[in-house]
Amino acid sequence: MPLMDLGYALIEREPAGLLPAREQMALSLGWHIVLACFGVAFPAMIFVMHWRGVYRDDATAMTLAKRWGKVAAVLFAIGAVSGTVLSFEMGLLWPGLMGTFGDVIGLPFAFEGLSFFVEAIFLGIYLYGWGRIPPKRHLLMLVPMGLSGVAGTFFILSVNSWMNDPTGFRIVDGEVVDINPWAAMFNDQVWLQFLHMWVAAFMVVGFVVAAVYAVGMLRGRRDRHHRLGFTVPFAFASVAAVAQPLVGHFLGLRVAETQPAKLAAFELATETESPSPLRIGGLLINGEVRFNFDIPYLGSIIARNSFTEPVQGLDTIPLENQPPINLVHLAFQGMVGIGTLLALAAVGYWVLRRRGHDLVDHRWWLRFVALAGPLAVIALELGWIATEVGRQPWVVYGVMRTSEAAGENSGLWWLLGSTMLLYGAMTAGALIVLRSMARRWREGEEDLPSPYGPQLADADRAGR
Amino acid sequence: MTLPLIVAAAMFVGILAYALFGGADFGSGFYDLTAGGSRKGAALRTQIDHSIGPVWEANHVWLIYVLVIWWTAFPLAFASTMSTLILPMLLALLGIVLRGASFAFRKYAATLGQARLFGVVFAGSSLITPFFLGAVVGAIASGRVPAEGRGDLVDSWVNPTSIVGGTVAVGTCAFLAGVFLVADSARAGAHDLEHRLRRTTIGVGLVTGAIVLGALIPLRDDAPTLADGLAGRAAPLVVISAVAGAATLVFLWRRSYLAARIAAVGAVASVVTGWGVGQYPWLLVDQVRIEDAAGADATLEALLVVVGLAGVIVVPALVFLYRLTQTEPWTTSNH
Repeated sequence: MPLMDLGYALIEREPAGLLPAREQMALSLGWHIVLACFGVAFPAMIFVMHWRGVYRDDATAMTLAKRWGKVAAVLFAIGAVSGTVLSFEMGLLWPGLMGTFGDVIGLPFAFEGLSFFVEAIFLGIYLYGWGRIPPKRHLLMLVPMGLSGVAGTFFILSVNSWMNDPTGFRIVDGEVVDINPWAAMFNDQVWLQFLHMWVAAFMVVGFVVAAVYAVGMLRGRRDRHHRLGFTVPFAFASVAAVAQPLVGHFLGLRVAETQPAKLAAFELATETESPSPLRIGGLLINGEVRFNFDIPYLGSIIARNSFTEPVQGLDTIPLENQPPINLVHLAFQGMVGIGTLLALAAVGYWVLRRRGHDLVDHRWWLRFVALAGPLAVIALELGWIATEVGRQPWVVYGVMRTSEAAGENSGLWWLLGSTMLLYGAMTAGALIVLRSMARRWREGEEDLPSPYGPQLADADRAGR
Repeated sequence: MTLPLIVAAAMFVGILAYALFGGADFGSGFYDLTAGGSRKGAALRTQIDHSIGPVWEANHVWLIYVLVIWWTAFPLAFASTMSTLILPMLLALLGIVLRGASFAFRKYAATLGQARLFGVVFAGSSLITPFFLGAVVGAIASGRVPAEGRGDLVDSWVNPTSIVGGTVAVGTCAFLAGVFLVADSARAGAHDLEHRLRRTTIGVGLVTGAIVLGALIPLRDDAPTLADGLAGRAAPLVVISAVAGAATLVFLWRRSYLAARIAAVGAVASVVTGWGVGQYPWLLVDQVRIEDAAGADATLEALLVVVGLAGVIVVPALVFLYRLTQTEPWTTSNH
């Protein structure tokens, strides 16, 4: 579709709600995305454990599956509510976007709602099904949960990829016409973005869960429970970490076609150079690139799959259509750097393990894995910063500026401050509860009855 | 029926389901809040955990369903509603976040002190959300949300109809929750709890019924379009809600809990449907009609695919979940 700039002259003035709305969205999305990863990837890992428990009579695996189910109960609850926050915020923060394009891009949201429905229903059945549903059938309840998580990822990424590569409508005289919601949903970029995020979810959850058990082993708990708790998520994370650079590479090739400004910012390409170097590090200061290290040819090879094709330079893009360069560049390189490190570490671990060296016996490796969890989360956040900030100043690339989507809400800074407090409290609450669960499990308590629960109730009854 | 109307009806089914099932989950917060100290309230709080634990997240998704259909099918009205009612929406959202998080935290809290803290937050926030969502309904039903742009930020939801809407929402949620909890505790054989809840629920029912019927008076001045609809087209529903509400109390009194549940659902469903029928054909009362607010036809048709899939996939799964929770092994608490 033709790139259009809807009345650029009209939006000289930034609406009061723009900057706080962007920060608000970044906070609530950045917080939710970590939990969303658990919704996508955790059921698969629990399934493997539970399957071993049921079909291999593996009591350790069964215990792990049960415990992970309880952890999932906590994480999914705060994931569900923080996801709801995003639904509201689409309208509260971006009335211009939803009012104008709601009927273009609402469809994948509706499908995502269906996926969320299925996930929530089977979550309830699975969590409360222990001892109440025959074991083999109980295990199967994880399947719709896992599948709906994957489907949900697709539909949400469909919306995001449409914002990067809008299609399924035309604009005639400022009116949105010829709306085809299916074309918008299945835009050309959706599959690669979906794959990228799906694989990322497995990296995040795999490395984070493996990190938890690595810390346990560092503290001397080197039993089978911890080894199994480390190995299964680490195996998932390893496959994902090795696949991710490939997916990212193909996605990058698309970005060169659809969003040259974003790619230029990723690569810090101030000018169009043929062949382009790979620019590592570097900051754009007063129009000059400094503190950089260039590797000739590699930029063209990686970003364009060619020895000669250049990365289009920022000098070809009008200043008012450029994203904030340094932030996008650093976020992108941080993501790629961490991703590369994690992929190499995963390959190294399994190669050595095949040759009979299990790195789990080395403290330095456990320390590294303990860091790999947070690193994977950081890479996830950096990736979202890179793609979202890299799309600026557009909310719908080439069609609607972010400033046109925001409302006139001058009080949004208060909202942002309150949200920080609320999410801080929710993070603290989750950590307190999850840590106390782990402590009680170590002390041999398995069921974790609620503290006001049966004993108090029974005491009440006996007292009458 | 036209395409926009069918989609609006599908959306309204979602509102109804959310009011009934999500509403009952929220309403349990009222009993949790008034259950008394840790010892006295333990049995009731355990019952609430047990009753809403497996279902609250699924019931919550009806809200998401409504929101996504709304912004996809009626985008401009969605944008103006969200712009105008940003404050009550945010407050309802605050309740949703606090309720869900603290409910999960309380269940796995390590100490009684933590459980108390999370419990108070859970119970209190459970009442915030229905009130402010009811206020949103009041704002729309009294014609205070414009078809485009932004209405008054405060007056739109601080007015007689919104306050009535909020109060009725809290009352009906608590009433439904009470009826469900009485039945659950009777089935679990907790007779002390059953009797305590039965008394409270009858009280809540009487108060809520009085509010619902009394509310018709301020509506005449403040929301004349809705009041006309309620006195005209929706009058049978008003009568049904009054009869079903009274029947619920009788059934509760006579301890016929299955009948009480059916009657309570009927009463609340007719209140909610009464509002919908009462304000028809307006999407935003006095501002924009359903027909005129609809987005592209291709999108409405696509939404019907989603609605159809919901009927084929979600409804059977929900029925499966509800049936499980009513079976013998699920009635007794094992953790």
